[in-house]
Amino acid sequence: MNSSVSIDLEACGRTFAGGHTALHPLDLNIAAGETLVLLGPSGCGKTTTLRLISGLERPDPNGRVRFDQRDVTPLPIEKRKVGMVFQSYALFPNMNVAANIAYGLRIQRLPATEIQQRIDAVMAMTDLKGFGERRIDELSGGQKQRVALARAIAVRPRVLLFDEPLAALDAKLRDRLRIEIARLLKELGITAVYVTHDQSEAMALGDRIAVMHQGRIAQLGTPQEIYHRPASTFVADFIGAVNRLPVLAAGAAGRLVVHGGELHSPHLRGKRTLYCRPEDIHVVALDAAAIRGRVVESVFLGQSQRLLVDTGSDAPLQVDTGSRRQWRAGEAIGLAIPPEVLFHPEQQPRTEEVAHG
Amino acid sequence: MTPRLRFVLQLGFTLLVCLFMIVPVVMSVLAGLTENYFVGLKSGLTLRWVDEVWALYSDTIWLSIRLALACLVVTIVLGVPAAYGLLRSRRRWANAIEETLLLPVAVPGLASALALLLAYGHYREFRDSWLFILVGHVLFTLPFMIRPVLAVMRSARLALLEEAAASLGAGFWRRFLTVVVPNCMSGILAGALMVVTLSIGEFNITWMLHTPLNKTLPVGLADSYASMRLEIGSAYTLIFLVMIVPLLITIQWLGRLTGQRH
Repeated sequence: MNSSVSIDLEACGRTFAGGHTALHPLDLNIAAGETLVLLGPSGCGKTTTLRLISGLERPDPNGRVRFDQRDVTPLPIEKRKVGMVFQSYALFPNMNVAANIAYGLRIQRLPATEIQQRIDAVMAMTDLKGFGERRIDELSGGQKQRVALARAIAVRPRVLLFDEPLAALDAKLRDRLRIEIARLLKELGITAVYVTHDQSEAMALGDRIAVMHQGRIAQLGTPQEIYHRPASTFVADFIGAVNRLPVLAAGAAGRLVVHGGELHSPHLRGKRTLYCRPEDIHVVALDAAAIRGRVVESVFLGQSQRLLVDTGSDAPLQVDTGSRRQWRAGEAIGLAIPPEVLFHPEQQPRTEEVAHG
Repeated sequence: MTPRLRFVLQLGFTLLVCLFMIVPVVMSVLAGLTENYFVGLKSGLTLRWVDEVWALYSDTIWLSIRLALACLVVTIVLGVPAAYGLLRSRRRWANAIEETLLLPVAVPGLASALALLLAYGHYREFRDSWLFILVGHVLFTLPFMIRPVLAVMRSARLALLEEAAASLGAGFWRRFLTVVVPNCMSGILAGALMVVTLSIGEFNITWMLHTPLNKTLPVGLADSYASMRLEIGSAYTLIFLVMIVPLLITIQWLGRLTGQRH
């Protein structure tokens, strides 16, 4: 139902009046119909990027924003036909639910019958049937965000922009609404840019994720690429938990000596540190173990448990394993790390260049 | 002290204070309705004085109402955009401007009026018209509109609402009229209450600016106290009360109505 557009940012930087650079000049191409997630800690420039795309802010002089190759840099947000969903809902408290949704449609001067049809349609899509006459302050947080979503898609925008839309909701509601947003984006096939600091949200929603750090894109790629082949230690740390294994010495036959044992990883020869995810480490019988240590602590997580294992290094090794076997503190444990799960960020190609388009 | 005794004492004190404040009002109202105040109530009640005041001073009452309403319109038309401008400007500037706006309230009304006379008094037409007094009233009441409106604007997260409206295609004027103004309505009503009250009761500036043909109610009141029987002045007060009390109640009721909606 939407004619979605591609978005291109060219050398879009943003420096504020005090000289603070929120965003270093940035190139970014978002394909039509794609969902791109901007992920990062607060102050990383993700919201600034979103606001540059929306037209709420202008890039520094050399920056260009294009929708379908057309330069929209000088256009204010009201001329860009973008739908926006905010963290704090930004619903108009002086209007009821239906009037909020109709707001953009009235501006387009659509006939009353069509306005009503569209209101009914988007309210059905967002599970809001029967809420039209409700006042905004009578709604729960989740309902408010649905209304905001309905209001944004009712005008049939070319792009949907989300600014941490779920951050103000409690965990359960967040999961439900995230699934609904994912479904909606699929249904609409609309280009979407989604800002969040929550990695699970980013993984679930993004066709691609741009991890941002200090006003730059640290890595751009599919969720799989970002998770399994992080381009930098920052990305590796920010997305999920990661273990650092300092290499103590080179062993025989391409083996590397680490705290607690030896690892076989020919592709990482010469590296000073190896990285791996907690879920990629297996618990094995002591006599077959490549690495041995003692359990310091176990944290029960329901579907799994996280063990902290002391191997003699500064930081204990984090290991995820099945939650049925109970581990006591001090118990000896044997671990195995398959070579293919070990990685070293700097070794990866910068996916930024590879994954364009 | 038992709770009951404390309650009785508090009630007694409250009633005493009420009495202290209400008795003069009642006496004044009664004086306006008594045949002869010095003889007392036994001389009989009458509406004669009220009639007489109406015959002598009705034009001052109409002028006061006209002034108050005109003043309200002007302070809304100037004050709401001004508050919006202050909201959008840097906090330091906004504070400085807000304080400057308060100056006409702090400076004695006579001084403000004198300044107006010195600056614009020689434009005869203007000086003789009621608009000259209106200027004085607007100067005096404008901060009472701007401050509550600005306070509501600051608390209403207007910037965010405006961004949402803009994302839906609303240009500046549409945003201003459909989002900004409706969402600071409670501030506008609170301001309106102050502006109307202050304008109707304003004496200092008005006394300096008035001409024999343009007297407001308080100026007329001073005139009648100075030159007429006490009963006339009191009847005048009665009319003033009858006029202003329903007005204030209406505005407060409106305020509560919009207060509930948010």
